[in-house]
Amino acid sequence: MIDVTHLRKSYGGTVALDDMTFTVHPGRVTGFAGPNGAGKSTTMRVILGLDRADAGTTLVNGKPYRALRHPLRHVGSLLDAGALQPGRSARNHLRWLARSQDLPLARAGEVLELTGLAGAARRKAGGFSLGMRQRLGIAAALLGDPGILMFDEPFNGMDPEGIVWLRGFLRALAAEGRTVLVSSHLMSEMQDTADHVIVVGRGRVIADDSVAGMLRRWPSLEAAYLDLTRTAVEYRGGVQ
Amino acid sequence: MIAAEWLKFRTVRGWVVAVVIALAAVAFLGLTDSQHGSCDVSACTPLLGPGGEPVTDNFYLVGSAATGNGAVTARVSALTSGVRTPRTGNQRVTVPWAKAGIILKASLGQGSAYVAIMVTGTHGVRMQDDFTADIAGPPLKAAWMRLVRSGSTVTGYASADGTAWTKVGTVTLPGFPATVRAGMFVTSPQYTQTSLGVAAVSGEASQSAAAFDDVSMSWPATSLTGTDVGGPSTGPAAGPVAGFTRDGGHYTIAGSGDIAPATDGPSGSGVTLAQTLVGTFLALIILVVIGAMFVTAEYRRGLIRVTFAACPNHGRVLAAKACVTGGTAFAAGLAGAAVAVPLGLRVLRDNGVYLAPVPMLTQIRVIVGTAAVLALCTVLAVAIGLIARRGIAAVTAVIALVVLPYLLAVTTPVIPLDVANWLMRLTPAAAFAVQQTVIQYSQVDEVYAPAYGYWPLPAWGGFAVLLAWTAVALVLATILLNRRDA
Repeated sequence: MIDVTHLRKSYGGTVALDDMTFTVHPGRVTGFAGPNGAGKSTTMRVILGLDRADAGTTLVNGKPYRALRHPLRHVGSLLDAGALQPGRSARNHLRWLARSQDLPLARAGEVLELTGLAGAARRKAGGFSLGMRQRLGIAAALLGDPGILMFDEPFNGMDPEGIVWLRGFLRALAAEGRTVLVSSHLMSEMQDTADHVIVVGRGRVIADDSVAGMLRRWPSLEAAYLDLTRTAVEYRGGVQ
Repeated sequence: MIAAEWLKFRTVRGWVVAVVIALAAVAFLGLTDSQHGSCDVSACTPLLGPGGEPVTDNFYLVGSAATGNGAVTARVSALTSGVRTPRTGNQRVTVPWAKAGIILKASLGQGSAYVAIMVTGTHGVRMQDDFTADIAGPPLKAAWMRLVRSGSTVTGYASADGTAWTKVGTVTLPGFPATVRAGMFVTSPQYTQTSLGVAAVSGEASQSAAAFDDVSMSWPATSLTGTDVGGPSTGPAAGPVAGFTRDGGHYTIAGSGDIAPATDGPSGSGVTLAQTLVGTFLALIILVVIGAMFVTAEYRRGLIRVTFAACPNHGRVLAAKACVTGGTAFAAGLAGAAVAVPLGLRVLRDNGVYLAPVPMLTQIRVIVGTAAVLALCTVLAVAIGLIARRGIAAVTAVIALVVLPYLLAVTTPVIPLDVANWLMRLTPAAAFAVQQTVIQYSQVDEVYAPAYGYWPLPAWGGFAVLLAWTAVALVLATILLNRRDA
């Protein structure tokens, strides 16, 4: 469970978050959609304690992220697939993360297996394609077997096979009872993957509804997104 | 988090290789740069004073044996100095520490105990004993002087007119033999010129002559004989003529040399232990760049967000990075210096280079100090990396702050001495004073410059300067970490 309450943040004179409020529930894949600059990444960074909000709170399983002793055992995240030291192997990237959470180093091998990177474990991460980096980032997020997962644009750079794999993977994670928040620009992908969608624009929530609920009003999620973000009216579905 | 950061550090091959290069630089660069001396093993044996320190003991003595208590009095009415160069011939100069006066010396052997009172070129009347002790007397250029012996205690007096006497000092010389040599002496140290305030010198042997009269000794009169203690000076500048002439009660004595602690700058042997550690500067560059990059590389790739997500206490990340890089730098510096110092000393001796003896404890301080300074500089670089976040800015700042002052002041004397000394007081590079093995004596003219191993601050003082810089940088980095978005 992720609780985001009345977040406000501005950079200089630019408002990034303007009373951002939503809750992400466990057991389903929640899509996080919105135009560039709508505040998706900023919100995720605030949840992870990386950025400070001017006002408002974020809680993961009822606690502030910074209060977690081994945070990766509670929240796994992938914000930027390029966040790697190019000279370090995939395996060693996961091993230092495992060390930092007091996890057995063998977890690195397990998550590499889970994400289909076992064969590239000893290769330098700098030589990875974007799709492989996404897989490595997902492996890192899974390292602590967390109950909450956050992915920022995980479909970027993935080949069709990877997209199919990731779609099934995310659904499986949610089916295990985990809280899964996925941001994406690919509305068609979202329609196939997510159970629930939060649409944001200009730093606030425009829509927060189930995919089914949205499809009752619009022909497709893409149409809903375009309509909602153009008019930027606040819309809240009945179903939570 | 330290374990995680250590794993991070050792899994990037470039950093590991760089640390090994840094270690090798400290260990071996001082050897490849080794100097060659012309002296054979016997000539390189340093002359030691009663306290065990290396000394110079060359002067012209006119005196006789003196047993038991008594006094010797004489007036120096004039002291003049000159240098003789092949180009200009004889030239009158002022040699600040030219000495003419009276002396009680345990024997005519070099390095034996003594007490003396003298007029000097520009430092007035001084009373000195056993090479290292120096007491200032009245600022006279010509004076009546007296030494009074009572057992092992000798008291010195000076007078401008021969009637009103001022006590200059009393010294105790335990083990001063009953029979000593008492008499008048003249000596004249190396004449050095510093050009344009730059710590570069030119110098040659000088010669001084003094006129004595009113000589009286309370011991049974024997005829006074002249001795060139230390033998006539030799070498390229050989020429200063030592000797004396007597005309009734008037003596004119000429001498060259010095009675003083030996120094290791250009006026002395010119070689110090620190020269076995010249590789430190290369290691310093490598290690501070690694320290800064260990942080800034993460900012560049956004990896710092992954790190902070794994450890939401950002101050702990800073501490872990500082421990890992600092610890690595310490280990590399320690291993390198532990090889360089003993090996370097051996190579220098084998090459016939004279080196003042360095006590074992001082050697250990130099080795451990070098490692600690490299470690702290690396930690400082980590903190600066966190403050600047960008690799180029951080590396530039670290180089400008630590490496450049060190290079400018230490490796070659290219900047004015005053500037070099201030750099070595204020910048983090001041901490390299831990490599100082030589002692600065106010009664010896020498170019006391960092380039020759003389630091303006003592070892602990310089280290404290670096410690303060590092502490301030760490505090600033922590404040910024807690304030800024990652």
